[in-house]
Amino acid sequence: MTLLKEPDFGTPERPGPATVSVEIDGMPVTVPEGTSVMRAAAEAGVDIPKLCATDSLDAFGSCRLCVVEIDGRRGTPASCTTPCSEGMSVRTQTPKVEKLRQGVMELYISDHPLDCLTCPANGDCELQDMAGVVGLRQVRYGYEGENHLDAEKDTSNPYFDFDPSKCIACSRCVRACGEVQGTFALTIEGRGFESKVAAGAGESFMDSECVSCGACVQACPTSTLQERSVVDLGMPTRSVVTTCAYCGVGCSFKAELRGDELVRMVPYKDGGANEGHSCVKGRFAFGYATHPDRQLKPMVRESITDPWREVEWDEAIGTVARRMREIQDRHGKGSIGAISSSRCTNEEVYVVQKMVRAAFGNNNVDTCARVCHSPTGYGLKQTFGESAGTQDFRSVAEADVIMVIGANPTDGHPVFASRMKRRLREGARLIVVDPRRIDLVRSPHIEASHHLQLRPSTNVAVVNAMAHVVVTEGLVDKGFVAQRCEGYEDWAEFVARPENSPEATEEVTGVPAAELRAAARLYASAPNGAIYYGLGVTEHSQGSTMVMGMANLAMACGNIGRDGVGVNPLRGQNNVQGSCDMGSFPHELPGYRHVSDDAVRGVFEELWGGTILAEPGLRIPNMFDAAIDGTFRGLFVHGEDIAQSDPNLKHVTAALEAMELVVVQDLFLNETAKFAHVFLPGASFLEKDGTFTNAERRINLVRQVMAPKAGKHEWQIVCEIATAMGYPMAYDHPSQIMDEIAQVTPTFEGVSFDLIDKLGSVQWPCNEEAPEGTPTMHVDEFTRGKGRFVVTSYVPTNERSTRRYPLVLTTGRILSQYNVGAQTRRTGNVAWHPEDILELHPHDAEERGITDGDTVTLASRVGTTTLKAQISDRMPTGVVYTTFHHPVTGANVVTTENSDWATNCPEYKVTAVQVRRARVTAGD
Amino acid sequence: MAHTAVPAERRMANDIAKHHAHLPADLAAEAIAGHLTRFWDPRMRERLLASVDDGADGADGADGADGAGGADGFDPLVLAAVKLMR
Repeated sequence: MTLLKEPDFGTPERPGPATVSVEIDGMPVTVPEGTSVMRAAAEAGVDIPKLCATDSLDAFGSCRLCVVEIDGRRGTPASCTTPCSEGMSVRTQTPKVEKLRQGVMELYISDHPLDCLTCPANGDCELQDMAGVVGLRQVRYGYEGENHLDAEKDTSNPYFDFDPSKCIACSRCVRACGEVQGTFALTIEGRGFESKVAAGAGESFMDSECVSCGACVQACPTSTLQERSVVDLGMPTRSVVTTCAYCGVGCSFKAELRGDELVRMVPYKDGGANEGHSCVKGRFAFGYATHPDRQLKPMVRESITDPWREVEWDEAIGTVARRMREIQDRHGKGSIGAISSSRCTNEEVYVVQKMVRAAFGNNNVDTCARVCHSPTGYGLKQTFGESAGTQDFRSVAEADVIMVIGANPTDGHPVFASRMKRRLREGARLIVVDPRRIDLVRSPHIEASHHLQLRPSTNVAVVNAMAHVVVTEGLVDKGFVAQRCEGYEDWAEFVARPENSPEATEEVTGVPAAELRAAARLYASAPNGAIYYGLGVTEHSQGSTMVMGMANLAMACGNIGRDGVGVNPLRGQNNVQGSCDMGSFPHELPGYRHVSDDAVRGVFEELWGGTILAEPGLRIPNMFDAAIDGTFRGLFVHGEDIAQSDPNLKHVTAALEAMELVVVQDLFLNETAKFAHVFLPGASFLEKDGTFTNAERRINLVRQVMAPKAGKHEWQIVCEIATAMGYPMAYDHPSQIMDEIAQVTPTFEGVSFDLIDKLGSVQWPCNEEAPEGTPTMHVDEFTRGKGRFVVTSYVPTNERSTRRYPLVLTTGRILSQYNVGAQTRRTGNVAWHPEDILELHPHDAEERGITDGDTVTLASRVGTTTLKAQISDRMPTGVVYTTFHHPVTGANVVTTENSDWATNCPEYKVTAVQVRRARVTAGD
Repeated sequence: MAHTAVPAERRMANDIAKHHAHLPADLAAEAIAGHLTRFWDPRMRERLLASVDDGADGADGADGADGAGGADGFDPLVLAAVKLMR
């Protein structure tokens, strides 16, 4: 249920070339074959009353409110389950169906509380609406019979209540949990009058398998499943469509408010990425935006041991500008730089890199994408010619074989995972390549055909072995390769070598050769084979090599350039793609163009004035090294918490301590702010106008729903710093920044706020050739012309297990928390994950005398931390896993300096460690 | 075993070299030099060159850690690339 209702056609669209023509109440309408009478009526502008039907769910035919009469047919069929047939003549309002509908409503209302005026859903209740529509005036059965009005309310979930007294047993919640979300946590328990919605096996919602995606709440036509915030605050009065600021799926939401108070976030049906679905973070975890921990005044201090002093904006900005220039005067132009954030808008990121290049006069700008998907940018650019994924999310619905490598979409990208699971339930085959048995390997109605449970750090050996099978067993799409690619012969000769065979690599990878061969055959022989991957690919010392390895495999099998195929990075944060697009890397100007390109620099120099350096600047890890060696002294950190998220924290904090000026712009005084000299309060996504670009290159508008709580926009603050440093930068609105981006970036040439507003969203490239964007890339030819095969030799990581550190630690995230937890730790999501835990295999635990829940020490060659153990057989022996959501754990205390050879993306996924039961002191 | 820190530029350059080791030596050196030029800040390249000139201090122990085979802790392909960069 929602305040502003998008049209609901009652049953899903049935697209297809064949059509049928029917008459609804005398009005002719032509619809695709298979379309329900209810939907055809809605398309003709006739709303048939309904309760159990909604167009996000398959027709169910239980409420009997949508009955109609059809000429030449007996009885009163349900319009939701009756498909249109040629020449059908339907009457939706006859005395007979009106009487039936009133009778049905009487029965519903006889067992429903008559508390509309005090009900949280008052004014937003389909039962209430339908009672009005059918003209209900009496309930002949009275209200005193047996009923469910005393049924106990379940308030276990932090975000929504379940009040069974208001349930009409329409099953929309149950169906949404299955069909939309794919979790199947809900069921109808009992028969007849005893029928009731139940979570799990009669458990509370919180104790059940429910993942709090909100699909059931969204589907409920009454107040049975109701957001707690609506119960507490009342029904919202206005609605603004905007974009979620969590993961790289980039869901569209309606932010629904009362005045300036955000009441709820409701997924937007017309959102290109999510099409009306959501996850627990985007749907419910927005409380951080108004959390009392927000620091709303700028602050300065001389030294990091001094107390903070709140100041006005002018003083804070002046201090940053003056001290940055003083550092440059003493240590040179290259002694300062900035780190931008993938959580910020494209426009904010663009002005940060512009400030660095034009005002600082160097290329020392990097983005947090450095530590997640920089190998994607490198690898896909080398092979395909563009640093981006190839498909839109809808494409997965056409995939026949889906290969998920080093990604855990049900936790990291849950809304996309629901799309993927839907396709898998329809029969697509699944290959999972992951050391852990992630949920996708076996979940309700889904089972991977192959789980290649490889040893961490052996991705490249696995992909080469798969390519070996494809090449040596004659599975190559020779036509595609001959027409579209180059470098095949050298690559094919390389992968066909005996040392790359599954049998030869089995000892290193741990993947049985027969299993790998079967998986390779399955992927290669699929009509449409699609690869989806995550940080389990990129965050390795061979991350870039692996990205190229996957690109090679996809090209060899002809799996590029149409729906259902492709190589698709699942981006971590909301604007990873966008921050990279915007020129945040120290070697690239916006649009992934190298700074050494004279013509490209010329475009920017002419527009911006001044000279842009032709040499690359420092990447984030290089900044830390340079800080310690004394050549890098001033850093502006925009929306990132490098003192929690980056590896080898001892090294990071030593670097921060060595700097003369650290400026942090953030919502909260985060871990990095402990080393800062100036703190500039940031704005939440609810306070911003701008754009985010998601993992499918989709540019979505972020619309301001409330004024910036700190009084300034983030782009404005950056512009004021640049101006105070002597380089005037000014815009009236972020749309002007996007206009400038479009002016200087060929792939964004046609993009404007007006166009995005008009189309809902736009996938770049958007230019003269593709004025409404490009859902699928490399259709007729690759961006670079020919797709390039690159030889990807397997080079083992430097990180080796030893007698002292015999286990391998791999890190990741879970569904309820996000990145360093700055946002989600300040929401009700802590109910699911109050602390980081260490998962380890029962055998490894037993060897160490560790039992479930024990406090353990986790030690690597660079550091030690303490956390609780969880024994889990989804881990292979020898591998342990934890998250990095909580600063008190500091998982990155133990991760090392190892990084991807090409991009310096840290090797978070492989750290040699030892785990021991911690000594328990008295009182513990 | 205490962690022996390998100087960052040497560690990273050796990593790059290992990923080009499948190429003929001259092509590898060229590719490594190209990569360093396109992706490394000039001060890092200067430090690398200086480190090569200095014979890469503290090579013992570090060699084993980063797998480098050169007498002074550098992969021979890095040394070849450095020659091209001068």
